[in-house]
Amino acid sequence: MRLPLTPKNEYIMKYADLAISDPSQLVYGVSPRPLKTRYGLNIGGGTIYPELNFTLPNMDIKPATLPEVYRHYRQIAEETLKRAAELEVPGVVLEFETLPPMTEHPEIGLEVVKILLDGIEKANSAYGLKAALRCTPNDNREFIRPPLMRSGRYWEAMLELFEKSAAAGAELLSIESVGGKELHDDALVNGDLRAVLFSLCVMGVRDMRFLWEHIVGIAGRHGVHAAGDTACGFGNTAMVLAERRMIPKVFASVVRAVSAVRSLVAYECGAVGPGKDCGYENPILKAITGFPMSMEGKTSACAHLSPVGNLAAATADLWSNESVQNIKLLGAMAPVCYMEQLAYDCRLMNQAAKDGPEDRARLIKWMVESDAALDPQALILAPENCISLAQAIVSEDSHYAAGISVARKAIGILRESHQQGRLRINEREAGWLDRMEDELDDMPESEDEFIDEMMEEVDLEKFTPQDYDLPVPAGAQVHHSHSEGSAPGCLGCGSH
Amino acid sequence: MSKLEDLKTAVINGKRKDVKTIVPELLESGADPVEMLEQALIPAMSVVGERFKKNEIFVPEMLVSARAMKEAMKIIEPILIEAGVKPEFKALIGTVEGDLHDIGKNLVATMWKGAGFDVVDLGVNVSPAAFVQAIEEHSPHLVGLSALLTTTMPAMRDTVEKIRGAGHDKVKVLIGGAPVTLEFAREIGADGYASDAASAVDAAREILAS
Ligand code: B1M
Repeated sequence: MRLPLTPKNEYIMKYADLAISDPSQLVYGVSPRPLKTRYGLNIGGGTIYPELNFTLPNMDIKPATLPEVYRHYRQIAEETLKRAAELEVPGVVLEFETLPPMTEHPEIGLEVVKILLDGIEKANSAYGLKAALRCTPNDNREFIRPPLMRSGRYWEAMLELFEKSAAAGAELLSIESVGGKELHDDALVNGDLRAVLFSLCVMGVRDMRFLWEHIVGIAGRHGVHAAGDTACGFGNTAMVLAERRMIPKVFASVVRAVSAVRSLVAYECGAVGPGKDCGYENPILKAITGFPMSMEGKTSACAHLSPVGNLAAATADLWSNESVQNIKLLGAMAPVCYMEQLAYDCRLMNQAAKDGPEDRARLIKWMVESDAALDPQALILAPENCISLAQAIVSEDSHYAAGISVARKAIGILRESHQQGRLRINEREAGWLDRMEDELDDMPESEDEFIDEMMEEVDLEKFTPQDYDLPVPAGAQVHHSHSEGSAPGCLGCGSH
Repeated sequence: MSKLEDLKTAVINGKRKDVKTIVPELLESGADPVEMLEQALIPAMSVVGERFKKNEIFVPEMLVSARAMKEAMKIIEPILIEAGVKPEFKALIGTVEGDLHDIGKNLVATMWKGAGFDVVDLGVNVSPAAFVQAIEEHSPHLVGLSALLTTTMPAMRDTVEKIRGAGHDKVKVLIGGAPVTLEFAREIGADGYASDAASAVDAAREILAS
């Protein structure tokens, strides 16, 4: 399936309306298009479930350590699912986010998938526990610099792991894809919104289409679900940089809003949710698509800090911990501890929902209001703001225009909230609202014009224009060696 | 204000255009490029680094200054080379094998450049053998290793072992990255550790002086 292009070759937005347009309907546990799994989870069907994510402790992954690698995953499945059953969770998703060698060598990733599926099956027969597995291969394409986005051994190995995991019974397929990131890291550290728009809404959108048409095809062949992507390498990189005071929080907030345009493409290609946990842009996507979404907040402090610890849960259909190492804590092994934390969070949310819409709304209000006023990145993800941002996206008919429109809307929300005293913006950051708005005012009318301008400015050594269906400017010489392992960073030599 | 002060101020404020006019004017008036480097450019970047350390400016603002310094270097570097003036220190930097995280590493490289080091950036996913090869090619005083994944910390150990195993005992090795600690640096035989980009210059100078 190829999605249509406009006569000007712009990529058309598939969604023109919102699935949820009333903020009071953008709530945890409920989505208009829920998803059923083999063992009977009904994600988005009224109940919020834990989604546990885990990783290895500090260790090498090499032939000699593989038995130990597999032992860790066997232990994780066994112990965490047992605890989930003891806590009587209504259901649980395990996410296996591979480590790079496990996708590079798909046989390793596949073996872990089988171990986890075996654990799920055993827990079902032993305790009647309903569980499903999400498999998230790595997007290793950038191991070659500039990345080979549409061919090569990393691309092939990634598809192989998707295909074989799906065939083995992994029901939800996801990825943290990296298309467009070649220019985005520099865009972030340079505070360059124009380059952010190019990375996310021009490059990112094109790569997402190519990638997700493949993933949706694989899911279809094996009767599993193409779940969703995340702008982790974009929005979360910005969030971490902002958390460390390296870039302004208002800038990271706008990047988050724009990142939704890129992540949306997975659903335009046929993904059906649940969106991947670290996509903090997911509530915007839930409003647009109606598909269920996984979210993470305070329970992912084991992996990274965030300013949306409570608020993130307000609209979640799965509640995740992002990633925790299989190490011993005083309570139990860390993944077991996190299973317990997620289970209790979900228990509370499900209880409030059971007591009725008013109680659920009250809990959501507390989740949102306890975070929203303190950080622009939280405020932007409050349900009513997500609806406004979602509306700004679907009101446009190209991803390029949607990117500009949602960025403008995000700036407007931040400015207004600041002026009305509903949000604290540090003085040093306030000027960035004007700076970003000026950049948007200077954006060209059409995407074609924008591409022409940007292709003259960007570093063509960093990516392969053909992999993004982008024209190489006349006279430009691109000699790519696609080397494995070298790509000097150039923070200090951006073109702006 | 002296012209050198003007240059310093222009770099601090990231005024590339001003730098482009001030540097040639200084050269025309007979100013010594070494003085320009040591009394204007490096001190300017050190002011910027301090401001960044104190959270007074963001990275984009720091990078505007770094680019302004680069503009000046484009003009004076050929003169310095011709006169046989070498930067005080030469450094290699890279993210170790298996690891693609480079934002932190790039910031460290920027800080080192700002301090006047001649920096060769080897990029990401750099194998131990590639580090050794680069040491043989560039003869640096300092090698910086960055790792962000716990799973690539062993590659740091391998790299240090390979460097020492190849007989490069004099070159100093500084390591850093979110999961890395001073203890780990000691354990793998690295000479030093820096927790962030702002302290990476002092940490480098310290081990280079030892
Ligand atoms: C030479 O001397 C020195 C001295 C000081 C040095 C130094 C060298 N190097 C660094 N420093 C120090 O100075 C710098 C400036 O102050 C500092 O550098 P930092 O890099 O720490 O700080 C930067 C300025 C900002 N920080 C960052 O840029 C890193 C932020 C986090 C969120 C992060 C990011 C952004 C990314 N990631 Co990744 N990522 C995470 C990170 C979470 C975290 N808590 O760190 C971490 C490191 N990642 C992780 C993972 C798992 C992964 N990532 C991956 C990919 C990515 C992105 C590409 C999306 C992106 C990288 C973008 C880039 N170009 O670098 C994958 C691996 C890819 C690979 N092979 O490397 C992948 C495996 C995810 C996946 N499943 O695909 C986790 C590691 C877990 C573990 N077991 O180690 C992680 C902690 C996130 C998490 N919470 O799960 C200091 O550490």
